[in-house]
Amino acid sequence: MNFSPAYAIFLRYWYLLVSTPQRFVQIFIWSTFDIVLWGFVTKYLGTFGISGFNFTALLLGSLIFWQFITRIQQGFIMVFLEDSWTRNFINIFASPMTIVEYLSGIVASSLATSAMAIIFGAVVASLLFGLWFPPFVVPFLVFAVILSLFAITLGMISSAIVLRLGPTAEWFAWPIPAVIQPIVGVFYPVSVLPAWAQTIAKLMPPSYIFENLRAVLAGREILWGDLGIAFALSAVYIACAAFLFARTYSWALRTGAISRFGSESF
Amino acid sequence: MKGRVMSNRIICYHSLMPVLEVKNLTKEYADVKAVSDVSFKVERGEILGLLGPNGAGKTTTINMILGVLEPTSGLVTIAEHDVAKERRIALSKTNFAAVYAQLPSNLTVYQCLRVFGLLYSVPNLAVRIDEVMEEFDLERFSSTKIGVLSSGEQTRVSLAKAMLNAPSLLLLDEPTASLDPSTARDVRERIRGYALAGKGGILWTSHNMHEVVEVCDRVLFLSHGEVLLEGDPKALPAQHEKKDLEELFIAVAREPLSLTE
Repeated sequence: MNFSPAYAIFLRYWYLLVSTPQRFVQIFIWSTFDIVLWGFVTKYLGTFGISGFNFTALLLGSLIFWQFITRIQQGFIMVFLEDSWTRNFINIFASPMTIVEYLSGIVASSLATSAMAIIFGAVVASLLFGLWFPPFVVPFLVFAVILSLFAITLGMISSAIVLRLGPTAEWFAWPIPAVIQPIVGVFYPVSVLPAWAQTIAKLMPPSYIFENLRAVLAGREILWGDLGIAFALSAVYIACAAFLFARTYSWALRTGAISRFGSESF
Repeated sequence: MKGRVMSNRIICYHSLMPVLEVKNLTKEYADVKAVSDVSFKVERGEILGLLGPNGAGKTTTINMILGVLEPTSGLVTIAEHDVAKERRIALSKTNFAAVYAQLPSNLTVYQCLRVFGLLYSVPNLAVRIDEVMEEFDLERFSSTKIGVLSSGEQTRVSLAKAMLNAPSLLLLDEPTASLDPSTARDVRERIRGYALAGKGGILWTSHNMHEVVEVCDRVLFLSHGEVLLEGDPKALPAQHEKKDLEELFIAVAREPLSLTE
């Protein structure tokens, strides 16, 4: 692999971020609003809570990690769609860059912006609501790695959908995390779901992460076996998503979809 | 005339290895044959004009050469590298500027050239960017976003991007379409100079037949996805009893069968 083209893809989006304040601010703004809103809601709920149970840490921790997933998925699609919006697709895909280098550049870009968002979110939660995450840094890093893999999987699937169906299909891609969110038990244990949904949840890596997040914040043991399952599932899914994207890209080359991407004629 | 002689001499000198070889190239969609059994070569130092009316198959052919459209059958080799099998090496030896392939309007000229320089893994990129910006008189626009440039200035940025990796094969789709006559002449001279210096071969499409006669060493007329005519743009009209290349072009567009008889 040649890192130069991957860096080009990263740099292309970085230039846009640093030269356009509104793009840079949007990395933080909505997640901060969410943290502030949910922080006060959980603070209020905490007044009814069981002693020793920290609603605020639990819900804000879950929220920050969920935002991490959505930011990576959306960051992935944003970088992919940027070249569609600026009609730059042919220039990009007629270059000597390989599809692996292209995906690597997008992943690096979406991870960088998501890392900024999660760090900023954690700082805001600490400053406003007195949450202190450093004692959990090791398990949180493990959670972040597994969630990153899953979020990149979602990003690749979303981009493959857009590549297959055309630019207007972006409206299928944006809400994918929202569709998954109720099933993976972000804010509640998977056990509250109906049996069929629990079966699906067992196939979703984030459900293991959020169960463990609640365990860690409640002072219980981490279930490393579950994290192993989550990692294995994520690894399988990301390989499948990469295969799907590569197949869709081959289809786009065969049918000419790359060269007439904006025309919605395929 | 002097230029032609010079050009021919260089073509002979460099003609051991064509920079582009297209063999029996065909592209079929469900029930349409967009390009049918097209074959041609571009030698180093040569400018080949790819001509034809709208829908003749020029863009489809160019897209297959650029590797963004897979041929149904046939072979495209750039500097002896098969685009299908050695995509990275083949595409690293080519570049293009086309009116339908806009550069990202929200990047500055420098940012855009840096991004594309990295995409093509151009060595000594900073120096090369300075060179192409100077060559296409873009230094004063270095920090200007491409979207706010005039169409002529944007064309110059596209040409600078196309020259970044000093390609063996340069594909230019109507490169002077939005330039004023003075800048267009200047650009034609630079591109011609690039070919004359033996740095690469050029595949040029244009609807401006005067320009084609001035610039191209050889032309290829496509009609309904097939090669209809091929030859010297100065001699070809007379061979088909036409006044000039424009009249020949119109005949190709309106009554192609009359030219094959």
